[in-house]
Amino acid sequence: MRELLFGRLGWDAIPWHEPILLGTFIGVALGGVALLAVITYFKFWGALWRDWITSIDHKKIGIMYVILGLVMLLRGFSDAVMMRAQQAMSFGDSAGFLPPHHYDQVFTAHGVIMIFFVAMPLVTGLMNFVVPLQIGARDVAFPFLNNFSFWMTASGAALVMMSLFVGEFARTGWLAYPPLSGIAFSPDVGVDYYIWSLQIAGVGTLLSGINLIVTIVKMRAPGMTLMKMPVFTWTALCTNVLIVAAFPVLTAVLALLSLDRYAGTNFFTNTLGGNAMMYVNLIWIWGHPEVYILILPAFGVFSEIVATFAGKRLFGYASMVYATVVITILSYLVWLHHFFTMGSGASVNSFFGITTMIISIPTGAKIFNWLFTMYHGRIRFELPMMWTIGFICTFTIGGMTGVLLAVPPADFVLHNSLFLVAHFHNVIIGGVVFGMFAGITYWFPKAFGFRLDPFWGKCTFWLWLVGFWIAFTPLYVLGLMGVTRRLSHFDDPSLQIWFQIAAFGAALIFLGISCFIVQIIVSIRRRAQLRDVTGDPWDGRTLEWSTSSPPPAYNFAFTPIVHDNDAWTDMKNNRYARPLEGFIPIHMPKNTGAGFVIAMLCAACGFALIWHMWLPAAAAFAALLVSIIVHTFNYDRDHHVPAAEVLRIENARTLSLSGHV
Amino acid sequence: MSETRALPRYHLTTEHHPENGTLLGFWLYLMSDCLVFACLFAVYAVLGRHYAGGPTGAQLFDLPLVAVNTSLLLLSSITYGFAMLAMKGNRLRETLGWLALTGALGAGFIGLELREFTHLVADGAGPQRSAFLSSFFTLVGTHGLHVSFGIVWLVTLMLQLGRHGLTAANRRRVLCLSMFWHFLDVVWIGVFTVVYLLGVLP
Amino acid sequence: MSGSAEHGSPGHGSQELESPGHDGAIEHAGSLRDYVTGFLLAVLLTAIPFWLVMAKVFFAQPGVTAAIIIALAVVQIVIHMVYFLHMNTRAEGGWSLLALLFTTMLVVIALSGSLWVMYHLDHNMMPTGSPMSMPGANPDPRNMP
Repeated sequence: MRELLFGRLGWDAIPWHEPILLGTFIGVALGGVALLAVITYFKFWGALWRDWITSIDHKKIGIMYVILGLVMLLRGFSDAVMMRAQQAMSFGDSAGFLPPHHYDQVFTAHGVIMIFFVAMPLVTGLMNFVVPLQIGARDVAFPFLNNFSFWMTASGAALVMMSLFVGEFARTGWLAYPPLSGIAFSPDVGVDYYIWSLQIAGVGTLLSGINLIVTIVKMRAPGMTLMKMPVFTWTALCTNVLIVAAFPVLTAVLALLSLDRYAGTNFFTNTLGGNAMMYVNLIWIWGHPEVYILILPAFGVFSEIVATFAGKRLFGYASMVYATVVITILSYLVWLHHFFTMGSGASVNSFFGITTMIISIPTGAKIFNWLFTMYHGRIRFELPMMWTIGFICTFTIGGMTGVLLAVPPADFVLHNSLFLVAHFHNVIIGGVVFGMFAGITYWFPKAFGFRLDPFWGKCTFWLWLVGFWIAFTPLYVLGLMGVTRRLSHFDDPSLQIWFQIAAFGAALIFLGISCFIVQIIVSIRRRAQLRDVTGDPWDGRTLEWSTSSPPPAYNFAFTPIVHDNDAWTDMKNNRYARPLEGFIPIHMPKNTGAGFVIAMLCAACGFALIWHMWLPAAAAFAALLVSIIVHTFNYDRDHHVPAAEVLRIENARTLSLSGHV
Repeated sequence: MSETRALPRYHLTTEHHPENGTLLGFWLYLMSDCLVFACLFAVYAVLGRHYAGGPTGAQLFDLPLVAVNTSLLLLSSITYGFAMLAMKGNRLRETLGWLALTGALGAGFIGLELREFTHLVADGAGPQRSAFLSSFFTLVGTHGLHVSFGIVWLVTLMLQLGRHGLTAANRRRVLCLSMFWHFLDVVWIGVFTVVYLLGVLP
Repeated sequence: MSGSAEHGSPGHGSQELESPGHDGAIEHAGSLRDYVTGFLLAVLLTAIPFWLVMAKVFFAQPGVTAAIIIALAVVQIVIHMVYFLHMNTRAEGGWSLLALLFTTMLVVIALSGSLWVMYHLDHNMMPTGSPMSMPGANPDPRNMP
């Protein structure tokens, strides 16, 4: 009975003997208690539940996603700092401070967290916040599912964080290849934490993908044909198509791995007919579209920013759209370039090498379009534009190293070397991270009503840009010299200087992140001076800038009618006047706690499965099913905002607009 | 759907009614489910002859039983079709009747499948025996799990129809379950062809 | 899994009866003829493959039976799509057909791509060189990246 209840969970799961972990735990516990105390002191619990946790408002959900991503960035970056430090010290007799058993968990967690719990939430958060506003809609197509999706992602993140303090994490790398990730070679809980956190987060992501596609297809304002949509909405559409088309593969593959681990099946085992390469094959069929899921929204962000801060319509709108669609389709034809060296032979390798090179062409077309947009424009070097220029320089070089790696003979030398590591950090940091910082800086005033402090923002930017190049150029050099990835110790002392330079670069990025935190704090404190009164602080071109900052819950008092691309610019050019009267009641969805409850039950079920606590797992699963069924019996899901309330809100805006000369 | 007059040009003055997205959204979910099954089929295609010295499909599969199962599922598809026609004609009780029959046929399908599985396991041909059997049980079992969830959904929906009648929301739900049910029959075509029929051929 | 906010005009709430086809849905119900035709075709397209295999009908070339069975399965899937799922170019403004075609393309890529890749991997890297035999092969785990 005790085993049915507690499985393999015991007191020894807590890392009493690991000083770093124990110290972290104490720090997190103290910080957590402080946070709870602050919330209690300000009597914020009610508002937290009513206005945020149960909110189905896409704007609030988008903000929560971004907060989750930024918090997890701190964890993922801590892992990075530990790796840089270890690799800078661990030469010859010195073993550094991280034994391989821990180092392996650190690089696995770093990858998993950065991709799934930093990049994905940031990207999803931006799309959630911006897309309904850009298309003139009041919310997404399925607001409840949106809330549920967020809490599923948060549950996945929670499980990964728990692995730090209860048990341990996987030691397999972020993709957990078998046979190493199978039950024979990883019998402990680490890979199970990996599997369940990704499965839970994956469900959330998939539902979010469906949600945004339907939103874009069905809920555009009248007059907004597909070719009149903002480019960010186009990239969001293609990104979500990729999500719906790729995440099922991840779900299936992880399910098969979990069957191997839990039920003794033989999909990826060494014996009884299993084939581990099938895992590698399938996971990369997911994995390559995944990286396009990350970068396409960043491309969309840059398109909006370049047009806005060059004061010109985006050059080559149609080719941007076609390039995005072509990238979406081609991303399914390149996956084998992640395992050229596994022996599929010349014909297979050539095919995928060629397709990989072809896919760089539409990306290149986009870069030219941005450059042509800037040409003859009146460029304002606000922070979002600086991030964009940093992106263009950094990402382009990273992309070129990618084309280099696309050549199979070159890849045979460079596969799994530090060159590869430098390449993908080059494109992910230069592309996705810079894109997210650009997007957050750009849309922050819309979300919160005041801009981010420019001085601290510039510090953040320069430290990140310079820090990135100092951290990763040595890795290109080391990779070309033949140094392998994921090593925690080296014997050749001549390599050490490169790692030390890289560690210095990481230190600069650390300062950059610190400046970002300072920027947030300073901006909040100086929000009166940084206030965005008009709702259009950047002289924007798309519909979200026609609303107040922050927008009312219903977004638009009246649904806009669109006549042209850059709808808001069109309205401004035609001296559009806001309606001041004649408001009607607005039909809006209701908040609900069901998404939170169901997601928490999923997390509980996942935890129980990880620790083989079969009874609690069965109970949590049953509770989960019952909750879902009970929720479907709730038909009372909406309400109306009365016309008088709309009038009050719009009048308040009229007042603040007239007060601002 | 849109209202434009001479002025105002730039916004509507009445409430905007976007088209309801539930059916498209559910269809997209089915497409994603299609990809899950595609992965399972791919794994079956790659590992399906890895018998590891154990029993093969030709030795294990009971084709007459599979034929019966296929008929049950196909019949359940048409009974659901009749339920849809009854709903179109606003006949609630008839709708419920056809739905009940669909559920019963589905339950029969699951029952027979469970019997098949238990016999295989008892004969030492369980999912742990070989990669072929792992992929067989997983592919066929995942389909069966989907049908089982469909039955739970069907029962729930019948209760909701009983309580609220043929409202717009309920009609959408019946439509979604219809798509789900027919989709599972489509997957079964793939299963009986690729797994059972091809599995028996040399 | 239905949780849509329904945008009705004030006073309607979620109980409104929408005219069929107004919300651009996948055609709500075909006719009785559609269902019966589809059913009979499906029965035929199921009976033939079962008969071919169970009666052990042999053709000159091996693999012909397999090809016929697969072809008939594809036809039956199309029958289901058209007669039971009412797939056409107009449903949801063409988006459901587009989604179906895109998914089909991906399924074909995933299936054929996997088979092609795995065949070459096994042929080049497995001891016996063939994907179809070894009971328990042991690929060297050190080769795994």
